[in-house]
Amino acid sequence: MSNITQAFAGHKAFIAFITGGDPDIETTEQLILAMAESGTDLIEIGIPFSDPIAEGVVIQEASARALQNGCTTDKLFEMVSRVRQKTSVPLLFMTYLNPIIGYGKEKFLSRCSDCGINGIIVPDLPFEEKDELADICKITGIDLISMITPTSTERIAMIAPEATGFIYCVSSLGVTGIRSNISTDIGKMIEQVRQISNIPCAIGFGISTPEQAGEMAKLADGIIIGSAIVKIVAKYGKNSIEPVSQYIRSIKQGVTGAGNAIR
Amino acid sequence: MKKGRFGIYGGQYIPETLMNAVGELEQAYDFYKNDADFQKELDTLLCNYAGRPSLLYYAAKMTNDLGGAQIYLKREDLNHTGSHKINNVLGQVLLAKRMGKTRVIAETGAGQHGVATATAAALMDMECEIFMGEEDTKRQALNVFRMQLLGAKVHPVTSGTKTLKDAVNETMREWTTRMDDTLYVFGSVMGPHPFPTIVKNFQKVIGEEIKEQLSQEKGRLPDAIIACVGGGSNSIGSFYQFIDNPGVQLIGCEAAGKGIDTPQNAATIATGKIGVFHGMKSYFCQNQYGQIAPVYSISAGLDYPGIGPEHAQLFTTGRVQYYPITDDEAVDAFAYLSRMEGIIPAIESAHAIAYARKLAPTMNKEQIIVITLSGRGDKDVAAIARYMGVNINE
Repeated sequence: MSNITQAFAGHKAFIAFITGGDPDIETTEQLILAMAESGTDLIEIGIPFSDPIAEGVVIQEASARALQNGCTTDKLFEMVSRVRQKTSVPLLFMTYLNPIIGYGKEKFLSRCSDCGINGIIVPDLPFEEKDELADICKITGIDLISMITPTSTERIAMIAPEATGFIYCVSSLGVTGIRSNISTDIGKMIEQVRQISNIPCAIGFGISTPEQAGEMAKLADGIIIGSAIVKIVAKYGKNSIEPVSQYIRSIKQGVTGAGNAIR
Repeated sequence: MKKGRFGIYGGQYIPETLMNAVGELEQAYDFYKNDADFQKELDTLLCNYAGRPSLLYYAAKMTNDLGGAQIYLKREDLNHTGSHKINNVLGQVLLAKRMGKTRVIAETGAGQHGVATATAAALMDMECEIFMGEEDTKRQALNVFRMQLLGAKVHPVTSGTKTLKDAVNETMREWTTRMDDTLYVFGSVMGPHPFPTIVKNFQKVIGEEIKEQLSQEKGRLPDAIIACVGGGSNSIGSFYQFIDNPGVQLIGCEAAGKGIDTPQNAATIATGKIGVFHGMKSYFCQNQYGQIAPVYSISAGLDYPGIGPEHAQLFTTGRVQYYPITDDEAVDAFAYLSRMEGIIPAIESAHAIAYARKLAPTMNKEQIIVITLSGRGDKDVAAIARYMGVNINE
């Protein structure tokens, strides 16, 4: 069982996302440690991309700020190496395929492995194209996270058996961002996975309040929050460590309130 | 490596949310491309509404002036809405209608594809929303108003470089929010499979006509075909019929902006490298970390950091040659064709004219060059006046 899958064992998992290098690498480093300490079970670090087509405005703007402030893939690798000496929380990179190809697929994934990254999420790499990275991920021991969405329907039967780490269940149509209301029948999506696989399912896209986190956690093995955290970072910049930690603790309570793991 | 590949290029690199939507489109297209009723309706529209076939015009004065090969202009500028874009949108919007969609969305650079889409949507009673970089809405203000007159809603895109690539980003984002009643009508031979193939098939009429018209007039094939390349739809449309005729040299002209030795260019083949963006594997202008480069060209329609995947393959196999043309050369050619033939070309098409001016004198008088004049230049007149420092009290 991979470190990522392990992070779901015995309890509902809370996965937090921040954009790497926003507002700067040092703050990202402190944020990761603070979030781990405040109760996140896994942390997703976005490698900023110039054209993040799956992101809503909040993460688009964070990516632009990070790039503007000189964030590069190399600087993030160096930062993760430092962080890894201080925490064992599973870490994932979220980025688009072109930054990985631009860096060199083999080089990128072996550096991920060397510096202690456990998985990657690549939103523009659907099942049909996952051969781009799947073999290298396997060799380097990196989980390639699969996504399913409300439009996946019969595709779930194809995606779930080959998924590694956990399945990222996208709650809604559209791009990342805070939503007041999540109306999709996520329970049904997860039920479809359950019929095929025991892999943990985490729900992301749109979640921002402890109540939503609790509700969603009841339906799945974990929840993912991105934009709501990135928004706090946007507001407080270098001083976001404390407000983000507070926020993380409040969400953690909501998730814990949802009870124990299904498995 | 699965569907929709041209060599290693192409593919479907899009969010999972869109996968069933492109699958649905592929199925529908595979059915309707062989459906006699659909083809008949499309042919009627192309003929009676868009004005096809477009003329193949012998440019005698230009031929004499350049003193080499005979120059023919394929007059896509004479189509309804003023460019080749209408060929594709009539096909795609008709397809959308057959699929039961009620709304189309599209990106636009120069505004030509947006105008064409808005036109087809008006004709076929579809809701229409166009995404256009804010920068381009300023460069092409007239086309914004034109789209609005046609009943389309125009969204200025303020993210990123505020040009064509950002308009594509935003249209893809919009499509992920609403697929059940909406089709994304791609404007070029780009994006995820099946778009590069669908758009090519709707544009290949250009080359088919060139072949037929020239064989009627001269009883032979051309020696060279020249077309401008942004995403690459008018060029693929012009070239496709001739790919298996090795005697026909095929030449694509990219936008070199202020020069390929400066960062201000959009010459993807000359300065880009292989990557994955906007759903496809192809060549893209990018930095060492795979960040897409902020490209530049005077021509909003060529101001794009990528090129369609089939072009990447045609470049790799060497079947098509790609040459960069600077703003200065394009503006010169814009003025040249206006004075020489009384035809004001789109600034995009002027890139092809510019290369023909270099090539024709090196060829003999028996040889024939066909230049695809992809669009007319009315939309560019104000921008060219500004470039030339002429005050026209806009």
